[in-house]
Amino acid sequence: MTENTSTNKINSFQKEKNKDEMRKQIITFALMIFFTMIAFFAVGMGISSMFVIPLILILAIVQVGFQFYYFMHMKDKGHEFPALLIFGGIWVTFLVGVTFVTIIWW
Amino acid sequence: MSHDHSLNPKTMPEDPAKATMEGKHKFLGLWFFLGGETVLFACFFGTYLALRNSTAGGPTSQDLFGLDLVFLMTVLLLTSSLTSVYAMYHMKNNDFKKMMLWLGITALLGFGFLALEIYEFAHYISDYGFTFRSSAFGSAFYTLVGFHGGHVVFGLSWLIALMVRNAKRGLNLYNAPKFNTFALYWHFIDVVWVFIFTVVYLMGMVS
Amino acid sequence: MSNAATQKRALSAVLWDYLTTVDHKKVGILYLIGGGFFFLLGGLEALIIRIQLIKPENDFISAGLYNEMITMHGTTMIFLAATPLLFGLMNYIMPLQIGARDVAFPFLNALGFWLFFSGGILLNCSWFLGGAPDAGWTAYAPLSIQSPGHGTDFYVMGLQLSGAGTLMSGINFLVTIVSMRAPGMTYMRMPLFTWTTFVTSVLTLFAFPALTVGLFLLMFDRMFGSAFFDVALGGNSVIWQHLFWIFGHPEVYILILPAFGVFSEILPTFSKKRLFGYSAMVFATFLIAFLGFMVWAHHMFTVGLGPVANSIFAVATMAIAVPTGIKIFNWLFTMWGGSIVINSAMLWALAFIPSFTIGGMTGVMLGSNVADYQYHDSYFVVAHFHYVIVGGVVFALLAACHYWWPKMFGRILHEGMGKLAFWTFFIGFHLTFFIQHFLGLMGMPRRYWVFLENQGLDTGNLISTIGAFFMTFGTLVFLVNIVYTAIKGEKAPADPWDARTLEWTIASPPAFYNFKQLPLVRGLDPLWIEKTEGNGKMTPAEPLDEIHMPNGSILPLIMTVGFFTASFGFIYQTDHKAWLIAVYAGMALAIGCMVIRSLKDDHGFHISKEELEREAD
Repeated sequence: MTENTSTNKINSFQKEKNKDEMRKQIITFALMIFFTMIAFFAVGMGISSMFVIPLILILAIVQVGFQFYYFMHMKDKGHEFPALLIFGGIWVTFLVGVTFVTIIWW
Repeated sequence: MSHDHSLNPKTMPEDPAKATMEGKHKFLGLWFFLGGETVLFACFFGTYLALRNSTAGGPTSQDLFGLDLVFLMTVLLLTSSLTSVYAMYHMKNNDFKKMMLWLGITALLGFGFLALEIYEFAHYISDYGFTFRSSAFGSAFYTLVGFHGGHVVFGLSWLIALMVRNAKRGLNLYNAPKFNTFALYWHFIDVVWVFIFTVVYLMGMVS
Repeated sequence: MSNAATQKRALSAVLWDYLTTVDHKKVGILYLIGGGFFFLLGGLEALIIRIQLIKPENDFISAGLYNEMITMHGTTMIFLAATPLLFGLMNYIMPLQIGARDVAFPFLNALGFWLFFSGGILLNCSWFLGGAPDAGWTAYAPLSIQSPGHGTDFYVMGLQLSGAGTLMSGINFLVTIVSMRAPGMTYMRMPLFTWTTFVTSVLTLFAFPALTVGLFLLMFDRMFGSAFFDVALGGNSVIWQHLFWIFGHPEVYILILPAFGVFSEILPTFSKKRLFGYSAMVFATFLIAFLGFMVWAHHMFTVGLGPVANSIFAVATMAIAVPTGIKIFNWLFTMWGGSIVINSAMLWALAFIPSFTIGGMTGVMLGSNVADYQYHDSYFVVAHFHYVIVGGVVFALLAACHYWWPKMFGRILHEGMGKLAFWTFFIGFHLTFFIQHFLGLMGMPRRYWVFLENQGLDTGNLISTIGAFFMTFGTLVFLVNIVYTAIKGEKAPADPWDARTLEWTIASPPAFYNFKQLPLVRGLDPLWIEKTEGNGKMTPAEPLDEIHMPNGSILPLIMTVGFFTASFGFIYQTDHKAWLIAVYAGMALAIGCMVIRSLKDDHGFHISKEELEREAD
């Protein structure tokens, strides 16, 4: 009897934790949709490209951060190596990006 | 071994996807693979950025792209990312039926996205004569967006295979990691799409 | 029923065993056999090149065939010989060094091997099917777009296959090292060879996708009429160069870092001292890998990227000399005051240090973007990269063969022949390539079919060719040594070298489950610690219990056959659309195998406790 309740307790604690996590993820999702709408609006309104391109790029980066850290749990423990390699990939991406917009044309 | 038995609340580990050695390996392996995929898409993006104005007199990005369709596609894919989070939430709570339900919704949204993409490509080809061979811009556009679409196709096939195979088995420590790795892969597809709609479509309409 | 029939059956059983194996040791041996075969092939091509250049205006082979030779020599040596040979060593040794029973994904490991091997075979099929690729191993567009026939198509598909295999192995090694280390084996207790395997795998993971993309673009341009490199439709051929070198430069570190790892194992063992500056070595490895990703454009100084870009890449390139220098000095200090044993393995290691340093110094010279305008595409460059790749990687491979041969095959390579092979190869190597620095400085361009008389190039080229024959002789002696050792070689004990790391704590060759009980690691060089404390062997970290092992599978091979068939289809569908059937059939076969693999539960099997107890130690 006592044993049973204790497992239930752990379970309900676990459930509560999962629920809490889920709540955060829904907030994240709402923010992502919101950012997407801002980006599309900004482009649709025809604001000058000097302003709008940095804006939509920043919004994209923030969104991707949400995906990685919340949806894919990179903020959790045990993700040190995944994070290391994802950031490695992002670093190479940065190098490739800079290269292909600056020194591809002779 | 305990692999094959369905999980019950008593044997339920905190995270069934990473409770076994195989599960941990799948989890790490997929993440590392995504690191490589990041570079793969970086190179496609780079190529696209270098060639996006090389239209060779053909249609330009401003001629082609429309906001509504891309917005719809984006919402579908973002939502499918959320539904797969829901599926993993129910996996952790050991609710197999609900997990399958949310995975099913994920698949439907994925198919919706794919249908719209096919429609979009068909539209460009038939209405603008804009193909893979029209110009360097065309080649780069279809290759980048097409590779992303190919990832969606692969992801959907994977998901359906998993769902069919495990429909009657319930959740166990052998298949939980498989669902979890799929979910990670699916989120990554969404990550790539966020950059595609930003860099290809939105920036293509601005400049 | 005769003896011959049993033997035949035994042979087919062994063959079947190797075709279906997922054991990291057998996959490692397969890599060594495959890589060794392609190494000999590439060596033969090199010899033909040198014979063609033995005298002015020679016509040993035609100009077209010469182009095919240089292309295939480079491609074979980099992609099909050096990389797989190193991956074979990593496969065999790394799990033993960290005290693991297999790699994390045994199935993927086997698949990776078969993909590499089929890619190599596919590439070499081109010799018999209308001519090998002839656009140089770098396959620069637009030359590679214009190159007639199917040669370059074979290049594209062959490298795509083998590249996919390499990428899989990279991920596999990473997961293995992160999650399968024995109890007590912290990161900073890992042997240097394991560290370099780790860093190499990271580089593989980030570099090979760039090659994949480049090859896709080339494939689409050649086979499906896209316009990435077609200037008339707005394409740009510099994209290929960037993608190729974003892959290509890290690739040379993929080759040299494991070589550094090998020497960092051999030098302490035969100096009876722990590696000098262990943490500095680890740090330097990471630094080389990090910088190695930011220097690719030094291959493109003469493209015209502009002075700013050129200068940035020149500075980054020269910076790599710093961590490499740290390593060179650490090896020297490891030997300093040690009680040095000189045998074949040690000879290769000793020869490596000055040879590689010469290559490193010419590297810094080439890294200066201003001077590079003079050196570019001359024999100076050829001399430079052969000094680092032969003097670094090939020396490391031969050293590693002598060092780990007893562990892998249970017999010790013959010392006398080992030394003969070393001296002839070493002398031949310097004869061949040292003179090429001067040929280059005198203006001899690389990749040319002939050179003219009386331009001061005759003697140098003759000496270079003579050197190539010395190297050939050395290689042949090594082959004879392998055969001799297999038949009459001295049986090896578990620890023939009085060594320091975990692989020497188990039998030579190891049982298929490697460690009966996982060892408890108490520090760097775990075996040495136990020796100095008088235990002589490792303390087990777990009680004897049943061991879980993966099942063998033929699926990797069948899957590869599918991809191989599909590749042929892709190559020939430009001639006739009927070849698309091969594409579909091949892909169906490969995807079918994936589906089977995915849907069929494979829990592996267990070796029972009783069985383990029966086995002698």
